[in-house]
Amino acid sequence: MIFADAFAWLVDPVNWSGGKSIPVRIGVHLLYCLGAVLGAALIAVPLGLYVGHTGRGGVVLVGGSNALRALPTLGLVTFLYLVAGGGTTGVLIGLVVLAVPPILAGAYAGVQDVDRGVVDAARGMGMTGAQRLWQVEVPNALPLLVGGLRNATLQVVATASVAAYVGIETLGRPLLDGLRVLDYGQFVGGAILIALLAVVLDVVLAGVGRLVVPAGLRLSAVTPSAQVGAARSSRAQPRRRGEPAPAESGGSTA
Amino acid sequence: MGDIGKYLGDAGTRAALLDMLLDHVYLSLVPLAVSVVLAIVLGLLCHRFRRVNATLIGLSNVVYTVPSLALFAIIPAVIGTQVLDPLNVIIALTVYTTALLVRPVAEALAAVPAHVTAAATAMGFRPLRRFLTVELPLSVPVLAAGVRVGSVSNISLVSVGALIGTGGLGTLFTDGFRQRYLAPIIVGIVLTLVLALVVDLLLVLLRDRLTPWTRAGERL
Repeated sequence: MIFADAFAWLVDPVNWSGGKSIPVRIGVHLLYCLGAVLGAALIAVPLGLYVGHTGRGGVVLVGGSNALRALPTLGLVTFLYLVAGGGTTGVLIGLVVLAVPPILAGAYAGVQDVDRGVVDAARGMGMTGAQRLWQVEVPNALPLLVGGLRNATLQVVATASVAAYVGIETLGRPLLDGLRVLDYGQFVGGAILIALLAVVLDVVLAGVGRLVVPAGLRLSAVTPSAQVGAARSSRAQPRRRGEPAPAESGGSTA
Repeated sequence: MGDIGKYLGDAGTRAALLDMLLDHVYLSLVPLAVSVVLAIVLGLLCHRFRRVNATLIGLSNVVYTVPSLALFAIIPAVIGTQVLDPLNVIIALTVYTTALLVRPVAEALAAVPAHVTAAATAMGFRPLRRFLTVELPLSVPVLAAGVRVGSVSNISLVSVGALIGTGGLGTLFTDGFRQRYLAPIIVGIVLTLVLALVVDLLLVLLRDRLTPWTRAGERL
């Protein structure tokens, strides 16, 4: 019975101590993920906010991030490993590249989807471009922005497991080692650990999202129209197209 | 660049590439087709029964969270297939794509205007015929958006299967890595991107053929 073997591997004390133990690998895995998501956020959040706020380059951005989504993670990781000539740097760059599109999409869609009436009201009250961005658009964009960060984290957690193939000591290691030596308990045990790590991280981030999203937006988050998803933006587009384009003004320099 | 030319110059390599490409298409598109059918059935259940809705949406969120490598490994343990069976990859991708599509389908069905279904009913449409000829076609745009995301992510995920023995073009990555040879890796990445692009274009064409009414206004 494979699950019994997996359980036996999971509770074996040998796997819980030493330099190649489960906790060490979880730590390494989390470090890679944290570094990659932070790095990607530094690039993607400002860019997404800028494009969402000014409306310039939206088509290029959406097209570009969709194309990046088709990039095979294993191909990217092996490619960068050979080009960078080593593990850590290549893998980190690969993870950042994969984490950028979801964050970019979240930041851009978040700002872009803010009710035009709200932004116009802010403008009518005499708010400058920077004030509108920070006091109106960013708070309203937070649910989608946090959603983007969650998606990026999932992508990075998954890819960090795959990256064990090029020799880094993440949680993918026991799974791949288990397959090589035909130890199916370890193979499935490793898989269970990866799955658990991803689910727990996602739940934690969902909690964080609830904490940072302003209370006024939480009510509207219940309606289906506020959910993140491909289906949503495709449905939202015709509506936006039908609306009058916001008037040009000299204030949007943020 | 010269490396790639030399790599592609070999007729045997080209034949092998074609095999991998076809494998890749098979491994990524069969799950897509199966999950469209599954998602329509499950989405209909979600739409009709509130409790099914909450359970399925919650479940699909969790499933979608599980990394592909882990799912590829857990499936043989659950259903008892061989660890290196291509079926594992197909089932795993079907599970992902279905999880991705159920919610949009349920929401699209819920978004069909009540007066439209009422009109169909008044014209004597039975529930099944009404669903197939009125409600389902009206949800095609939303379904198509989900299918496009699913096809891109499947085509990219199949490669991960190379780590457990079934990867289509992903085999190029493991081979290239083992031989410290960039050419196959680059060729693999490019072919994957091109495949994703071509399938996406075909899906857009298919969507437009299925929904002629969405373009009616644009011609005016």
